[in-house]
Amino acid sequence: MIETTLDIQAIRKDFPILQREVNGQPLVYLDNAATSQTPQQVIDTIVDYYQGYNANIHRGVHTLSQEATDAYEVAREKIQKHFNIAHSHEVIFTSGTTQSINLVATGFTSFLKKGDEILVSAMEHHSNIVPWQMLCERTGAVLKVIPMNLEGELVMEEYHNLLSDKTKLVFCNHVSNALGTINPIAEIIQAAHKVGAAVLIDGAQAAAHVKPDLQALDVDFYTVSAHKMCGPTGVGMLYGKEEWLKKLPPYQGGGEMIAEVTFEKTTYADLPHKFEAGTPNICGGIAFGAALDYMNSIGFGAIAQYEDELMQYATEQLLAIDGLKIYGTAAHKTSVISFNIEGVHPYDIGTIVDKLGIAVRTGHHCAQPIMDFYKIPGTVRASFSFYNTKEEVDKLVEGVKRARNMLL
Amino acid sequence: MTIKEIQEDIIDEFSMFDDWMQRYEYMIELGKSLPLIEEQYKTDDNLIKGCQSKVWVHAELDGDKLVFTADSDAIITKGIIAILVRAFSNQKPQDIIDADVDFIDEIGLKEHLSPTRANGLVSMIKQLKLYAVAYQTQLK
Repeated sequence: MIETTLDIQAIRKDFPILQREVNGQPLVYLDNAATSQTPQQVIDTIVDYYQGYNANIHRGVHTLSQEATDAYEVAREKIQKHFNIAHSHEVIFTSGTTQSINLVATGFTSFLKKGDEILVSAMEHHSNIVPWQMLCERTGAVLKVIPMNLEGELVMEEYHNLLSDKTKLVFCNHVSNALGTINPIAEIIQAAHKVGAAVLIDGAQAAAHVKPDLQALDVDFYTVSAHKMCGPTGVGMLYGKEEWLKKLPPYQGGGEMIAEVTFEKTTYADLPHKFEAGTPNICGGIAFGAALDYMNSIGFGAIAQYEDELMQYATEQLLAIDGLKIYGTAAHKTSVISFNIEGVHPYDIGTIVDKLGIAVRTGHHCAQPIMDFYKIPGTVRASFSFYNTKEEVDKLVEGVKRARNMLL
Repeated sequence: MTIKEIQEDIIDEFSMFDDWMQRYEYMIELGKSLPLIEEQYKTDDNLIKGCQSKVWVHAELDGDKLVFTADSDAIITKGIIAILVRAFSNQKPQDIIDADVDFIDEIGLKEHLSPTRANGLVSMIKQLKLYAVAYQTQLK
């Protein structure tokens, strides 16, 4: 029995896409960890912007420009408040988590020297591995990996052993996209700070399920993509502590990020504009704010509790299928289930269930090191959101059973 | 039989199926039924990396005809490979170069040949054609 205070049927009506059919079947959307769907409230915000006050921001004196600037800055304040960030200028709008990480990785080039060490967890998305490898190539720093165990949890003892005065940076996701593991980031941050290392936490997968208090966590950098939390694609945030953002050099040059420009010398604008060169994704930023409003109106406590119940139910039902194995069985995880059936390729299962209208992810989920760790080509990943239902879980289970019968 | 005739045969066979389930069950049977490549040819050199499923292709000349063998780690992909091998193998290189793959649309499997599908099949067809070009040059 799944209990919730949420009116799921009413919530589903907010998401027009959930009414459509795929391959003649009602859509069952279980690829929320890749991108979440967009409620009408956010779609309306986007339409209102283009219909009512589309203008470039921060430089026009005309009314539309002023309205657009105000809305964009209000969105920044909503993000600030949501993540409990001390100053709104510590919120940098980016195109998403990947750009946020690259901004920091590029900025650290001048801070590192040969022999410095960077720690990265074994369960990172490629976007949180490759930028650091590139940083290591530029600086001669060494990338070290915090290992994980078979349950998909970081081996914290090893982490503490890896930390030393050589450690300059630690990178870890808050929640693993492939396994759903919620990592003990408070402990990771505290321990890193003891040796003087800075910490970047990739919150792309976490922000749709939990509401992190970034001041309490004392994290140096935190990254989020709006499209994972009911917002549009192409926009996200980088949170950085003021002291770090002041120290980091600008990432890209252009308009908007300057104070004064002559051909001899340019002085850079104050935060946050120093890192926001060019015309930003204005509409995206405003819609990101609307997405936070939407999710907060439902409530993160109720969302987390309901998603957890859905996941528990799905886990039980899936495990009853012969030969099915779940990867990622951490004690603390979000509503992500990565699985395989013995003797069946995940691609084949994904193909069959798609024919039944069920959207799941198959493959390595941009986390090849995890697949290598388990010695598998990939997994099928079902990820649940607060607008999914128990009936949809049943359809997934039926679909996987049907695929198994066809394929074995 | 010419490539065109074989493709028409395949279209005829698939026209007997009423729905996707039957088509897929048939492909899965094809995928299961035979080893399509000798183990010694399942090398990294012969591997086409799709993001999702792997495909191996080997080509060799038999007289003036080009013989393909291939395999995949995913069974539906392997079923489609069986269909492609049936259509293109044991043919003259020039005929392979000139042939098209529109019949895949007609048997309702177009989605598997989308470049964004990342299953290695699009690259596989390209590879079959490249082998044909290479062996055509050799035959001349």
